[in-house]
Amino acid sequence: MRRHFDEDLKGLNMDIIKMATLAEEAIFKSIEALKNRDRGLAESVVLGDAKINDLELLIEEKIIDLLALRQPLARDLRFLTTGMKINAELERIADLASNIARMVIELVDKPILKPLIDIPKLSDVAIKMVKDSIDAFVDSDEKLAKEVMLYDSRANALRNLIQEELINDYMSKDASTVTRGIPLLLITRSLERICDHATNIAENVVYMINAKVLRHNYQYLENDADKE
Amino acid sequence: MNIKIKSENFSFYYDEVKALKNVSMDIIKNKVIGIIGPSGCGKSTFLRSINRMNDLIQGARCEGTLMIDGKDIYAPDIDVVRIRRQIGMVFQKSNPFPKSIFDNVAYGLRINGVKDKDYIHHKVEKSLKDAALWSEVENRLSKSAFDLSGGQQQRLCIARALAVEPEVLLMDEPASALDPSSTLKIEELIQELKKKYTIIIVTHNMQQAARISDYTAFFMTGELLEYDITSKIFTKPSKKITEDYITGRFG
Repeated sequence: MRRHFDEDLKGLNMDIIKMATLAEEAIFKSIEALKNRDRGLAESVVLGDAKINDLELLIEEKIIDLLALRQPLARDLRFLTTGMKINAELERIADLASNIARMVIELVDKPILKPLIDIPKLSDVAIKMVKDSIDAFVDSDEKLAKEVMLYDSRANALRNLIQEELINDYMSKDASTVTRGIPLLLITRSLERICDHATNIAENVVYMINAKVLRHNYQYLENDADKE
Repeated sequence: MNIKIKSENFSFYYDEVKALKNVSMDIIKNKVIGIIGPSGCGKSTFLRSINRMNDLIQGARCEGTLMIDGKDIYAPDIDVVRIRRQIGMVFQKSNPFPKSIFDNVAYGLRINGVKDKDYIHHKVEKSLKDAALWSEVENRLSKSAFDLSGGQQQRLCIARALAVEPEVLLMDEPASALDPSSTLKIEELIQELKKKYTIIIVTHNMQQAARISDYTAFFMTGELLEYDITSKIFTKPSKKITEDYITGRFG
């Protein structure tokens, strides 16, 4: 009885890892497309989103089946409800990567506004946060999950920096830069939102591991980190 | 908190075998307490200790205290018959007497010396109503109890227990031999009954314990390992061993 259930849970775990890999790839490719002005790559990200949506539905269906058929309790219950939430977060992350790719498609034919320095940095933070949050999920690593949450302030700082530079140094000085500045602002915002979703994943992972609810309670997290 | 039953360092022996080891727990009035644990963990022994059903077993003895409303259930001067009237019991297998439906429910009253026919009638009807069986049997009260279905027989046994106005109901796997719809009726009934009674139920069915009990006690090898609010036991138990048991990793 338990052996079959364990196999189902393992299979589900693999599906979630696959979903996370696709989402990470989508972020990476969308930023590569931005850096290399590669329309084809950006289009492949937009097209690839359908595959991620299908996988999201498949995972959700599997979880609903397991909830109904196995009536899981305690850590199994927490694993499945967390899996359900992480699945939704990953789908949103992939949507945001697809939004970035759409902005890239708008930008490729326009002259370069400025060399890209901080956006790739922010995208590195976003990819790291998504990767680490999923590693924390797979390995039930509470410490790593909490590190992901602390990274979010770095993402916010980078977003503010990019936003200020685009607005103050370009768009407010020269109105002709606005059509290129706005897509870059939206890309920045999408990357920062991806970091927020990775934070949500990490919070859910902590709940899965020890049933502690960290959402809406950053004070607690920071105090906790100070002690370590 | 109004404590109905209090167990303090209660141990129980079958000859040299210590079947219950220093069990301490408070059972709150008008709550449903689910007792879970693997076979042989002592859960039924604990249940049967509460109304002294184990007295009949040779070589059985106990240590520590078990109290109802602050009175020691095992005090030498206690009236065991009175205790059993105060603490009713329903078993896994329904065990109606070979009598009519009416006489089954009236039995407890009659052996307690009640003669007033109107009163007996009133009590039988009320008990059958409380056990959610009245509407199904009101036109055939004189028929044999064996004509009823398994689920109805079990509710008849509950009505029989209720007729003598107990304060506590002990239930040992009351729905394990019933189909899902009869099980649901018993579970719904337990939710109604807790308004008037304190209910302690032993069950092997985790989902049933999760559905019906307010508090859950996890027993293993005679020890009470964890006792907490049911929702906590089934979502975030504090001990790994509890978690391993309820998720089916052993037992």
